[in-house]
Amino acid sequence: MPVRFLKRLGQFRPVIFIATLIALWQVVIRQVPGQLLPGPLQVLRGMRDLLQHGLILKYIVASLFRVTWGFLLALITAVPLGLTVGWYRRGEMALNPLVQLLRPISPLAWIPIAILWFGVGDLSAIFLIFVGCFFPLLLTAMSAVHNIPAVYVNVGRNFGLPPAAFVLRVLYPAVAPRLILASRITLGLAWLVVVAAEMIAVNSGLGFLIIDARNAGNRYDLVVAGMIIIGIIGLLLDQAMRALERVKSFRWGYSEE
Amino acid sequence: MAAEATIPLSSRKAKLQMRDVSFAFERDGKSIPVLDKISLDIGDGEFVCVVGPSGCGKSTLLNVMAGFLSPTTGMVAINGETVRRPDPRRIMVFQDHGVFPWLTVEGNIEFGISGLSTAERKERVAHYVQMVRLQGFEHTYPPDLSGGMKQRLQVARALAMNPDVLYLDEPFGALDAITRVMMRSELLRIWQAERRTIIFVTHDVDEAVQLADRIVVLSSRPARIQDVHSVDIPHPRNISSSGYLQHRDDLLQKIGLAYSA
Repeated sequence: MPVRFLKRLGQFRPVIFIATLIALWQVVIRQVPGQLLPGPLQVLRGMRDLLQHGLILKYIVASLFRVTWGFLLALITAVPLGLTVGWYRRGEMALNPLVQLLRPISPLAWIPIAILWFGVGDLSAIFLIFVGCFFPLLLTAMSAVHNIPAVYVNVGRNFGLPPAAFVLRVLYPAVAPRLILASRITLGLAWLVVVAAEMIAVNSGLGFLIIDARNAGNRYDLVVAGMIIIGIIGLLLDQAMRALERVKSFRWGYSEE
Repeated sequence: MAAEATIPLSSRKAKLQMRDVSFAFERDGKSIPVLDKISLDIGDGEFVCVVGPSGCGKSTLLNVMAGFLSPTTGMVAINGETVRRPDPRRIMVFQDHGVFPWLTVEGNIEFGISGLSTAERKERVAHYVQMVRLQGFEHTYPPDLSGGMKQRLQVARALAMNPDVLYLDEPFGALDAITRVMMRSELLRIWQAERRTIIFVTHDVDEAVQLADRIVVLSSRPARIQDVHSVDIPHPRNISSSGYLQHRDDLLQKIGLAYSA
């Protein structure tokens, strides 16, 4: 059946598109003389080399380890602080100028200070990711508190909830969808930061792999292979966070009511 | 109860007393008066509607009664006890978005009664789910309910607390005409079954005449009590009977033609 066949084809559209691009890539590389980029076949061989050495798994784990800790530390400090400060407007007025000053500083600008404080190693990278995640999460938590509809707060007051129960049963669920959305975006940011941090502040991880492959012998096939792996892992992290947004008690926050 | 020497507006024993309640909002350093010396007694088990021109301070009056706002001068007392803050014995039903979207129907009804034993809680949830006719929707989340169902859920959550006073702030205002009529008769049915004191704010004169024992008519802002109108027709009220229409016309006249628009 032709219609069915076309529908089937539609599902594979992204795959077909990518395959076409890769073919085009190979053709262009053949036509253009000199070192523009390694071809797809070279990259594929590079990936095989990486896998055979077993180094790649170690590097992936190292990068994920740093992202996880940096992100979680930021999450457990920035969210409670942001919620508290956002709830007490005076606290926000005091803190906001400082936050607005620190926020536009790229986390990468902290690299010298990170090395000064923590030396070259995991702690430095974790610190940089922490800095990169802390401010976006803090600001989201602060604005999420402001945006809680007054009626939820009033219902909480009316039902006589003690403060701890109020936080747990009204405040937290009311801000959860926004925090999850912000966490997804922030985790993406953390994955950007870790690669850059690893190029300077540590001697392992995917960022280190890329810079090392270039420095130690212009192995651009490994550079591109590393980039592709970084992209795939970033995509998987994003998908995992998206799954959270489909949880039923959060879903109300994402639909227009 | 040692009441002051005031003439009770209702023949029943006063549940709620307001004495010279004024309220003013502060905005840009200026004080905007909203309520002007309102005194009112409401009897136990009475159904009172508050009507008045839009923006006159009906909702503010309800919020002061319920303790969400403190009166600038004067006092509100329930059972002789001054109201200073919201209280789980008196529950407000809000016009809109009052149910928690992160809890199921069951979760919402249970919200205020987590102190009860599981068996008691289940029993009460079942009772009020049935009363507001939400059977089969116990595990549904509010975004999947219609507007009328959400308001019934809010009423059920309020009743599950076993409150002695129920405040309703234009609870059916956002609903379509047919749902609104159905919700009125459901509320009447519930009131007749449970006999709570109900204070119901509305801008709909028909709604007030259909529901209330007494109707408090407010003036435009700053609101004063312009009139208190008793409706002595037994329920269910026939909305085309001459008595009903007489009450309706009287009321419209009291509010003034400006309000008929």
